Amino acid sequence: MTETVSSVRHGRWPTRLGRWAVLGTFAALLAFPFYWMGITAFKRTGDLYNLKNNPFLFNEPPTLDHLRLLFGQTLFVRWFWNTTFAGTVVVMITLVLAVPAAYALTRLAGRWGERVGIGIFLTYLVPPTLLFIPLSRLVAALGLQDSLWSIIVVYPSFTVPFSIWLLMGFFKSIPRELEDAAMVDGLTRWQAFLRLVIPISVSGILTVVIFTFTLVTQEFVYALTFISTAEHQTVGVGVPIYLVRGDVYYWGSLMAACLIASLPIAAVYDLFLDRFIAGFTMGAVK
Amino acid sequence: MSAQARRTRLGVAMFAPAVVYIAAVIGVPLAMAFLYSVGDVKVGSVSYHFVGLENFRSVLQSPTFRRALLNSFVFTVGSQLLVIACANALALALKDRFHGRGAVRFLILLPWVAPISLGAIAWKWILDSLYSVINWVLVAVHLASPFDTPMWLGEPALAMLSVILVHSWRLLPFSTVILLAGLSAIPKDIPEAAAVDGAGFWRTHFSITLPMMAPITTVAVLFGVVFTFTDMTVVYILTRGGPYDTTQVVPSLAFFTGVLGSDLSEGAAISLFLVPILVAVAWVMLRMAQRAEIA
Amino acid sequence: MALVETRHLSKTFKKGQFSAVNDVNLATAEGEFLVILGPSGSGKTTLLRMIAGLEEPSAGDVLIGGRVVTELAPRQRRVAMVFQSYALYPHLSVYQNIAFPLRAQGVARREQRPKVEWAAGLLGIGQLLERKPRELSGGERQRVALARAIVREPSVFLLDEPLSNLDAKLRTAAREELSSFHRRVGTTTIYVTHDQVEAMAMGDRVVVLDQGMVRQIGSPREVYDEPADTFVATFLGSPPMNLIENDGFLVGIRPEHLLPAGFVPAPAVRFRFRVTRVEYLGADRVLHGVLEGSRWKETKVAARLSSTMRDDHPVDSVHEFAVSEPHLLFFERGTGRRATPRVLSWQ
Repeated sequence: MTETVSSVRHGRWPTRLGRWAVLGTFAALLAFPFYWMGITAFKRTGDLYNLKNNPFLFNEPPTLDHLRLLFGQTLFVRWFWNTTFAGTVVVMITLVLAVPAAYALTRLAGRWGERVGIGIFLTYLVPPTLLFIPLSRLVAALGLQDSLWSIIVVYPSFTVPFSIWLLMGFFKSIPRELEDAAMVDGLTRWQAFLRLVIPISVSGILTVVIFTFTLVTQEFVYALTFISTAEHQTVGVGVPIYLVRGDVYYWGSLMAACLIASLPIAAVYDLFLDRFIAGFTMGAVK
Repeated sequence: MSAQARRTRLGVAMFAPAVVYIAAVIGVPLAMAFLYSVGDVKVGSVSYHFVGLENFRSVLQSPTFRRALLNSFVFTVGSQLLVIACANALALALKDRFHGRGAVRFLILLPWVAPISLGAIAWKWILDSLYSVINWVLVAVHLASPFDTPMWLGEPALAMLSVILVHSWRLLPFSTVILLAGLSAIPKDIPEAAAVDGAGFWRTHFSITLPMMAPITTVAVLFGVVFTFTDMTVVYILTRGGPYDTTQVVPSLAFFTGVLGSDLSEGAAISLFLVPILVAVAWVMLRMAQRAEIA
Repeated sequence: MALVETRHLSKTFKKGQFSAVNDVNLATAEGEFLVILGPSGSGKTTLLRMIAGLEEPSAGDVLIGGRVVTELAPRQRRVAMVFQSYALYPHLSVYQNIAFPLRAQGVARREQRPKVEWAAGLLGIGQLLERKPRELSGGERQRVALARAIVREPSVFLLDEPLSNLDAKLRTAAREELSSFHRRVGTTTIYVTHDQVEAMAMGDRVVVLDQGMVRQIGSPREVYDEPADTFVATFLGSPPMNLIENDGFLVGIRPEHLLPAGFVPAPAVRFRFRVTRVEYLGADRVLHGVLEGSRWKETKVAARLSSTMRDDHPVDSVHEFAVSEPHLLFFERGTGRRATPRVLSWQ
């Protein structure tokens, strides 16, 4: 019923001012690098490397040269495609592994389920920087070195535990009675799972898809370790490593690439954030 | 077959693929890491010799490693302190609904969502020794002379500061979101009761709000510690561990030694020093989960 | 002890489209136990929160002890509030919970202990001081909330449905305790509830609120025997008052006044009553039925008989029932307001 903006009134002015001061400062500091990416991407090289010019302004008119370089003369598009391809396959693998596992842990494992779920989640904490050395040998042994398939095979190692955790939170919120009713009506549990639970869970599954994809795009260590040629590299490694000719960083194109690779992910992530929080903190906040 | 047994069989079948996969891709390499660290494997080795704790001994004696270990702690603790304090303030500011909250939240999320490497390279440009925009501003307001601008990535102390800064920048959105969830979980009438009881803003915050957020704050800190301590990307992109290994951290050193340097065993030994921290974090999390079950 | 007064207090939401509290004027007497009674959505909690300072009024003023406090924050009003959920600080012990208001006001540590122990003693929870809220039962938590409220010796107590979270059985005992607590301490208390039994049992006066507007303020006897309108009349009393249409009027008859004709002295009005359902409640019986006769068009009514009366009113039986004339209440059809008694057309 009540629609108070602030649940406790300590005095409206100080609170309002304080809040905007805090938000303004932090939003500016956190978003500044992206603003800077944008400016750099469109500034003429002469303007960019002229110390006398105010860097916050376009002293010469903006240009699309850096973008042309990026799309025309680098492997940026190729990297983008590589990342998208790898991401898609990894998402599919993750769903196939994580959705049934999460369901099993929530519904079929009783008290154990919670504990094993936490255990699975803890594997998420095992960092790539611990496993990458042995994994590089394994990858070589399988003949996957320097190919996208190396990361496609390895990435689910962190997307699956994370997804199981998210999905467990999600499945927990579906009342058991739904499946019980279906089974009374004659379905087996597996059928109830396929035909009832999964359709209801579309939003949770979508959340997992989004976050798995973003985890893939953000990964650096494995891609750097397993893939050695530029053509096979992902966006996350290709941009900071290969957009350099000799010792010279092509900042204009670099920043353009960063911006293009970051913003779409950010937009999609933001849309799904609330659901992510709900799933993630289900256990911890109790 | 009883219903219970049927359920178990189905459960195991649904669960098994994930477990098998995780065991293969995490368990096996983990075991291998241990094996390597007590062996003498290099890239191209065909045989394996057990050398006991030799690798660990030489690693511990190496000043580069000791510096890297110190750096890992300094960077982790430094960025955590900064992040928790700022995330608290940010979470408080974001708690109530207001016009434009969605847009502000989008801006605040950007560092976390963008791929680490891209954020780091952007910072590399911002901190560039010649063209740093920060330096331009410092010169413009006469806080630095044009010929003596700070070398953010070139001087050891400044480079360490820069690494801490970029880690914090990256982690702040994540911690804010977690703390915000914890803050929102406090029932509305608790701060109201405190207000009626006579507590002002600061007393309510320190005596009531913060203690009630303690569990979720712990979670945020634990994740932050793991993400920072085990990260090599920021250091790799910003400084490659320089100048002269002064910003090297344990994971990046492991990378340089094991992958670029081809000494798999020594690299593995170095990376195993991450394990104690991970075990400590896992232990705390399990304790918290246990306590949550009891309460 | 102070008087709490509200003058033209209003609260609107959604840019004036929805009025939660509408021009409420009330004033407590000193040491009074004033109950604000209303169904959910009547605005009673909003009203209480405005008195506490947790909600900003859209119009009107709140006065405490003669002082206008409308613009003041809660901590400046010297009121104490007990929330529906008790709002105990979960991370603090019972002792620390009770001591918190003293801490907040800067009372020295050594002076805190005697006060906390006094408050705890008043509520009989002295042995619980070291426990945490999650280890306490509902009734114990309520007492801690009360102790926390009393420890500052405030001028006003505000209680927001404190008994609604308790089991039905516990509620009666807790009601007793609250009443005797009030008698002992004597602080002016404003108590919000939707339970009319609580309101009648505990209140010195009852404010009946509906959709943000005050319908009546009066003693329990006044609001029950002399309701100001049909809302008050039907809200108080269980089962609700029967309202019968007659000649453009509403006639109100309380179920306990609709009895077998033999028990009702003259002057009385008679009805033919056909039983459709019997509810056996132990101490009473409620007969649901209809009034027979072309005039009444099968109006549904309820009659409440004491268990001491003979039980020979089975379903589908028809009886002569009557209501003593002084017990008839008359209400205008349109406004629902109570009207002067008139002569019924069929007498």
